[in-house]
Amino acid sequence: MSVRRLSPDQPASFTFRPDVLETAHWWCAKYPTERKQSAIIPLLWLVQKQEGWVSEPAIRALADMLEMPVIRVLEVATFYTMFHLAPVGKHHFQLCGTTPCVLRGADDLKKVCRKRIGEKFAVTADGLFSWEEVECLGACVNAPVVAIDDLYHEDLSPDDLEKVIDALARGEAITPGSARGRQTSAPDGGARTLTDPTLYDGSLATPLTLPNLPETAP
Amino acid sequence: MTKILIDDVEIDVPPDYSLLQACEAAGAEIPRFCYHERLSVAGNCRMCLVEVKGAPKPVASCAQQVKDQRPGPNGEPPVVLTKSALVKKAREGVMEFLLINHPLDCPICDQGGECDLQDQSVAYGRPGARFDENKRAVEEKQMGPLVKTVMTRCIQCTRCVRFVTEVAGVPEIGATGRGEDMEITTYLEKSLTSELSANVIDLCPVGALTSKPYAFNARPWELTKTESVDVMDGLGSAIRIDARGDEVLRVLPRVNEEINEEWISDKTRFAVDGLKRQRLDRPYVRRDGKLTAVSWDEALIATAQTLRAGPDRIGAMAGDLACVESMKATLDLMGALGVKNLDGRPTGAKLGGGPRQSWLFNSTLMGVEEADVLLLIGVNPRTEAAVFNARIRKMWLQGALRIGVIGPRADLRYPYEYLGAGPQSIAALSGDFLDALKAAKRPMIVLGEGALARADGAAVLRAAGRLAASVGIVKEGWNGWNVLHGAAARVGALDLGFVPGDGGLDAAGMVAAADDGKLDTLFLLGVDDAPLPGKGRTTVVYIGSHGDAGAHRADIILPGAAYAEKNATWVNTEGRVQHGRRAAYPKGDAREDWSILRALSAVAGKTLPYDSLPALRAKLIADHPTFGHMDYAPGAADSAGFDPATLGAEGSLGAEPFASAVAAFHLTNPIARASLTMAECARAAASTAHIAAE
Repeated sequence: MSVRRLSPDQPASFTFRPDVLETAHWWCAKYPTERKQSAIIPLLWLVQKQEGWVSEPAIRALADMLEMPVIRVLEVATFYTMFHLAPVGKHHFQLCGTTPCVLRGADDLKKVCRKRIGEKFAVTADGLFSWEEVECLGACVNAPVVAIDDLYHEDLSPDDLEKVIDALARGEAITPGSARGRQTSAPDGGARTLTDPTLYDGSLATPLTLPNLPETAP
Repeated sequence: MTKILIDDVEIDVPPDYSLLQACEAAGAEIPRFCYHERLSVAGNCRMCLVEVKGAPKPVASCAQQVKDQRPGPNGEPPVVLTKSALVKKAREGVMEFLLINHPLDCPICDQGGECDLQDQSVAYGRPGARFDENKRAVEEKQMGPLVKTVMTRCIQCTRCVRFVTEVAGVPEIGATGRGEDMEITTYLEKSLTSELSANVIDLCPVGALTSKPYAFNARPWELTKTESVDVMDGLGSAIRIDARGDEVLRVLPRVNEEINEEWISDKTRFAVDGLKRQRLDRPYVRRDGKLTAVSWDEALIATAQTLRAGPDRIGAMAGDLACVESMKATLDLMGALGVKNLDGRPTGAKLGGGPRQSWLFNSTLMGVEEADVLLLIGVNPRTEAAVFNARIRKMWLQGALRIGVIGPRADLRYPYEYLGAGPQSIAALSGDFLDALKAAKRPMIVLGEGALARADGAAVLRAAGRLAASVGIVKEGWNGWNVLHGAAARVGALDLGFVPGDGGLDAAGMVAAADDGKLDTLFLLGVDDAPLPGKGRTTVVYIGSHGDAGAHRADIILPGAAYAEKNATWVNTEGRVQHGRRAAYPKGDAREDWSILRALSAVAGKTLPYDSLPALRAKLIADHPTFGHMDYAPGAADSAGFDPATLGAEGSLGAEPFASAVAAFHLTNPIARASLTMAECARAAASTAHIAAE
C-alpha cells in the first residue's frame, strides 16, 4: 500500500444520475436521520459505480448530502483502498499478489498485465484497462486470482489472462470463475477421494438392530 | 466509589474513573501521548499500558474504566501494576515502535526541550535503536499562518483532530490514509478557521505542529517565564509570557479552570509580536502641526500647562487596555483638579453607577456549566470571548444547555435558536424559549457591548433587565444576569467609578464638546477604538503604548507600558481582580503609566499621595475594597437585593439590529493591529469569509 492522494486532475463538478440518486436515498433511508453519515460507504460505492472513481467534487457532494465534515469523507475515501481516487480503465483488474497466488503463478500474471496494460494504475490509451496489485482476495484455493470489475477470475494461467484481455478488448462477455472449469473450489480434475460409488448407494450399510425395542405387532 | 489496588496502594475512586486517572490518584505516573483530560479518549498511542492482574495482556489504562475491572476470586479489589517488568517491557516496546518512524531531528526541532516524546523516551524508552530500515517521510502540510507543520514527526495521536472537532467545533483536521501512511491534514490543506486553532500547538506532544511565528526563535530554557493575565479580551485568561532579554517571544496558556481551562485564543497567543512594532518610545509634543520628540520634562510641563484650563474644560477617557492603576491615578489627578468629564467606556456602553452586579458576568464563566438555558443578546462570543465560546460549546455538546440568540446571526460553532435581530425582539420574546427561561433552574442572559454601546443602549438595558427579572434570573445562589465585556479595562473602569461625575460629560459628550471647542484638554488613556475628536483647539494628551488612532490624533504623547511590561491589575468580565506581571521592560523612554501620572501630578502641583506601586495599590484598596479580593469572582454572592428590572432607563427601542462589538477578531486593539501575525490572520479570515459568502 502506498500513500493515497486525490488525483491532480479533477472534474469541475459531480452529480448523481437520477437512478443512482434513488439508490442513494434508499441507502440513506436505512439509517436514522441523525446518523445519516453512516451511509457514507455505500454512497462512495455508488459514486464509484457511476463514475468509475471517487473525485474531489464527489467527496464534497457527499459531505453536503450527508451533512458531515468534508474531511471525514476524505478520511473514509483514503482509508479504503477499493475506492479509486484517480480514474481507472473501463475494466479494472485487481490482481492478488499475496503468497498463495504468488506460489501459483501470480507473478506471471503480473508480467501479462505489465505487457498488455502497462504499469500499475496506468490506464490504456483506449481507456479500457487498468490494473493494480491487491492483498489477499480470499480465494487462495483457486489461486492465482484476478478480480476483474466485480467478479473473480480464478486458476488463471498467463494465456488465460491474455485471452480474457483479448475478449474484453473485442467487447465480448467473459465468464467468471475457474479458467480450468473447476466447480467452485472442488479439486482440479474432479474428486479424488470418496469416489467409491458404493459410498452413496447405501450398499455398505449394515442392517442395524436396536436393543430393547418393543416387540413389533404380529 | 470503588476500591482498587494500584502498586500495592489501595485507593477509593469513583467507578467511572479510567485506570489512568485512578493510577494518578494513587500517585503512579503513567506516560501518555494521545490521552488528554479535556478531549475524548482515543486509546491509540498505547503508551499508557499497565498490567491488570487477570488480564491476558497489558491494557491501555486511558480506555479502561475502574468499574469494568474484575475483582479477585474472593472479591478482593482489582490489582493494577504500573511498575512491573511487563509494564516496563510494554512501554519500551511502544516507545521503540513510535521512534521507528520518528526522525532524529531534535536538534533542529522547535519542540526540543519541551517535547513529550523526548522526555518520555528518556524516562521509558530503551537505549539504542535496532531499526535499520528507512524511516517514513511525510509531505509537509499547510495549516494556515499560525501552525507550522513537520508531519514526518507526527506520531498520530490525533489530539489535534479531536481538539478542533470537539473543543473548537470546526472539524477541519482529519487523518487520511491508514497504517503507516496515515497523515494528519486539513481538507485540501486549507487554513484552520478557528479562533482557538493554535491550541493544537500546545496539544501536539511532538514537534509536528509548532508555532509558525515563533519558529526557530528560541529554546525553552533560554526564556524567562512570567505568569500573567491576558488583556486581549475581557476574560483575563491565565497566560505565561516567555521573554528573552527584553523581547517577548511568545505567550502560552496557563491552567485556570475558572476562566480559560487551558486554552487561549489565537489573538492572545500571537498578538505579542505587536509589542515590538509601532511603539511609542519617547514623549512627543505637537509643534507647528508636527509631532516632535521631546524630553520627559518638556512633555510633562506642556501637559501640566494644559491642566490649567478650568475643570469644566478638561476631560479624560480610558481605553480598552488601561490597567486599574493607571485609571486610578488618572481619577485621583482629575479628582484633585475637580474634573467631572470622565468616562471609562469610550465606546459608550450604557453601564456604570448602580449596583456592581449590573456590569458583571455574575454567573461566572464556569457557571455556564450549571446553566440550563442561555440567552445571548447582542453578543458574538466566538469573536468577543473565544475561549468562553468553547465552554458554551462544551455544554451544548453535553446536551445540557439550550441556547437562544438575539443579535447578529453568526456561526458560533454550535446551533442555537435564533430569536431576533434587534432590541424589539427582547421585549417581544415569547413562546417556547421564554417558557424555557422561566422554567430553568439556572437561566442565563448574556449581554454584549453590541447591545449596550448604542444610542438606545439604556433602553435595551432596561428591556433586558425587565426580561431577566420576569424570568427570575436571580435565585438562591445564582445570578444569571451577565454582561460580557470585550475589553480588559472595562470592568476595572466601572469598578473605579470611571464614569461622568455630576453634570460631567460622557465619552460622546466629550468628543462633541471638543469638536465644538468647549473642551481645552482631553486625556486619552490608551483610547484607540472609539470616536475621537477631530483636529481643533482641544489639546489631546495620549498616554499609551502604541502609535494607533489615539496617538495619531494626539497633541502630546506620553509613552506608557504595554501589558507585558508592567505589574498591573486588571478586572475581568466576572469582576475577578487579577495581577499581570512584568515580563519585559517598557520600550525606550516609556514608563509605567501610573508613574507618568504621578510625575505629571507633581509638575501640575497636585502631587498624588503615592510614590510606589504598593502605595498606590493600598490607596486603591482603601478607596475601593473590591480590589482587595484577588482572583475572586463574586458570582451570586452579593446578589440578594439585585433587581435587573431597574437597570438602564426608559426609552424607545430602536429598530436597528444589534451588531457584534468585534468586527474583525484579529484586529481589536492597538497591540493586535501592530502585529504582523494578526494582520496575516485577518487577511486569511477575510478571504475565507469572502469565499464562504460566494
